[in-house]
Amino acid sequence: MTHPLLSVSDLRIHFPVRGGVLLKQTASVKAVDGVSLEIAPGETLGLVGESGCGKSTLGKAIVRLLKPTSGRIHFDQSDISHLSQRKLRPLRRDFQMIFQDPSESLDPRMSVRAIIEEPYLIHAMGNRQERIKWVNALLDRVGLPAASAERYSFEFSGGQRQRIGIARALALKPKLIVCDEPVSALDVSVQSQILNLLVELQKDFGLSYLFIAHDLAVVKHVSDRVAVMYLGKIVELASAEQIYQNPRHTYTKALLSAIPSHDPKAIRNKILLEGDVPSPIDPPAGSAFGHRMNHPRYEETIGADLSLGEVSPNHWVAADPCCVSEEDWRILRQLPTLAGPVN
Amino acid sequence: MIPGTENILEVENLITSFETERGLLRAVDQVSFTVPTGKTVGIVGESGCGKSVTAMSIVRLLPQPAGKILGGHVRFKGHDLVRASDKEIQKIRGGGIGVIFQEPMAALNPLHRIGKQVSEVFRIHKNLSKKEAWDAATEMLDLVRIPAPSRRMMDYPHHLSGGMRQRIVIAIALACRPSLLIADEPTTALDVTVQAQILDLLDRLQAEIGMSTILITHDLGVIAETCDEVVVMYAGRVVEQASAEELFANPLHAYTRGLLHSIPTLETPSKSVLNTIPGMVAGLADYSHGCRFCQRMGRMDRGTRERPVLLEVSTGHWVENCPECYKP
Repeated sequence: MTHPLLSVSDLRIHFPVRGGVLLKQTASVKAVDGVSLEIAPGETLGLVGESGCGKSTLGKAIVRLLKPTSGRIHFDQSDISHLSQRKLRPLRRDFQMIFQDPSESLDPRMSVRAIIEEPYLIHAMGNRQERIKWVNALLDRVGLPAASAERYSFEFSGGQRQRIGIARALALKPKLIVCDEPVSALDVSVQSQILNLLVELQKDFGLSYLFIAHDLAVVKHVSDRVAVMYLGKIVELASAEQIYQNPRHTYTKALLSAIPSHDPKAIRNKILLEGDVPSPIDPPAGSAFGHRMNHPRYEETIGADLSLGEVSPNHWVAADPCCVSEEDWRILRQLPTLAGPVN
Repeated sequence: MIPGTENILEVENLITSFETERGLLRAVDQVSFTVPTGKTVGIVGESGCGKSVTAMSIVRLLPQPAGKILGGHVRFKGHDLVRASDKEIQKIRGGGIGVIFQEPMAALNPLHRIGKQVSEVFRIHKNLSKKEAWDAATEMLDLVRIPAPSRRMMDYPHHLSGGMRQRIVIAIALACRPSLLIADEPTTALDVTVQAQILDLLDRLQAEIGMSTILITHDLGVIAETCDEVVVMYAGRVVEQASAEELFANPLHAYTRGLLHSIPTLETPSKSVLNTIPGMVAGLADYSHGCRFCQRMGRMDRGTRERPVLLEVSTGHWVENCPECYKP
């Protein structure tokens, strides 16, 4: 079996909350709270969830823009979770990131050429002539005219700026790109141009993507597998097809039913969720989603192991009696991986 | 377009321009549409198409001094708002017409308690005493389904989540039971689950209060879900208008078709090549006189030199009659 390109196990990222006169730590925000996942070479893993669920924090930690509190991140079989910035630098060329708002992630004082060339300079690659050639080739690859190189990022539209961001991410021929809401700031007609480009580049370069977005239709379009995140934890993980056709977790079902349909005549049974995502500062002791729904079995989940269980081949769902069907719950309880204080 | 008294709002040949360094630029170029009483009309289009400026022109909230209405009529219950005095329009805003904007945090004052901001509307428009206004405001929070309304009255905006803040903004907009609500991207900043809550709330309140709504959005899914009539705008003009059912079943203008087909839906095969609309919307200063979608598609030579007229191809279904963009 081939090794996964990226493997994350039991990752936790907690931010301190300080208060009082002496700014002592009074609490912590558990942005990512025990996440495990893998991404295979050439695969796209979609990551969905409401704002504040920790999906962007997870993405940033994977490219080590954040330091994990605990847990392991293995990239290409080497442990990068606690490497120093200096040791990390040579490895960085293999994992890159594309951000939501290209106007904020591109330096307005640098020409497009300088922006795309910068990674080569940092990694001391090529001479002047070579770098000019490489930048021109990248611009061509992402569909921008060569003349763009001498202009500044603010002279471009949102879609073109995102192309510049993609060119910069591609410069070092990475193996993995974390795409954090890459199309949500763009107009619909431009969105599809960027999505097509990302899919095309994946085929050409064998890239892996972690594709973070709140738009479930977009995520389904680009992803091979999808992870659904709620309040710092993954609650369901399966192939894109399974997630959309046969969602097992109540939260996944609610998310899917909230997508507006493009057929005005469609009559659907919407699951309307009450309230909002609870605060990650002081999360409920048991099932976070069971708590939001006021589920009668919530008490059972306090202190229980709610980690993912493989309920059917390659379909993982949180072992949470509040959020799965009776039948799935029976399967989950008998799984050996769930050696927790359940009942 | 259809004369009669059953329309609460009639916008006719509205022209709105902005004074800029590059001269007077038309953001809204002779836009006409009507809002039938009790119905929801959606205005859809990409950023810069003039949909928000159209809404701002209706209630005369254009950025000053740059924005100006240069022509046309906006008849609200037969009253021309373009020619109304500042005092009259102030009474209508909040009284007869309620407005909700995209970003709820920007619409609320961070320094005042929720209670003060909601009851203010009753003090100004209904002349109620402090106590009466406070009670009416509490009732309003209950109407928009905010749990424990009397406690929330004492909160500041930053205490509330995005969805809750948008409910407060809706409460303020609906305080005087307006007969028309203008909602400019009311759910764009919200999560899908919260969006579903807010759309459901607006739908129920519309029935309870008996109002009409103009919903401005770039999201065709939201349009399909909530609107009776749809106006598609491109580069300051209306390119197509029809009932929601008709528009989604039978889009006629090349731009509407392009928009509908470029969005992946749950039925789109994954990683397939999506339809795209090449190029982008031209800047205001570069708008052509003829068909503007032809300008984007780079076929100015084949499109019309003159502005194409809106043609009623079947009852209530209007499309801009450009020989390149509409092929019967």
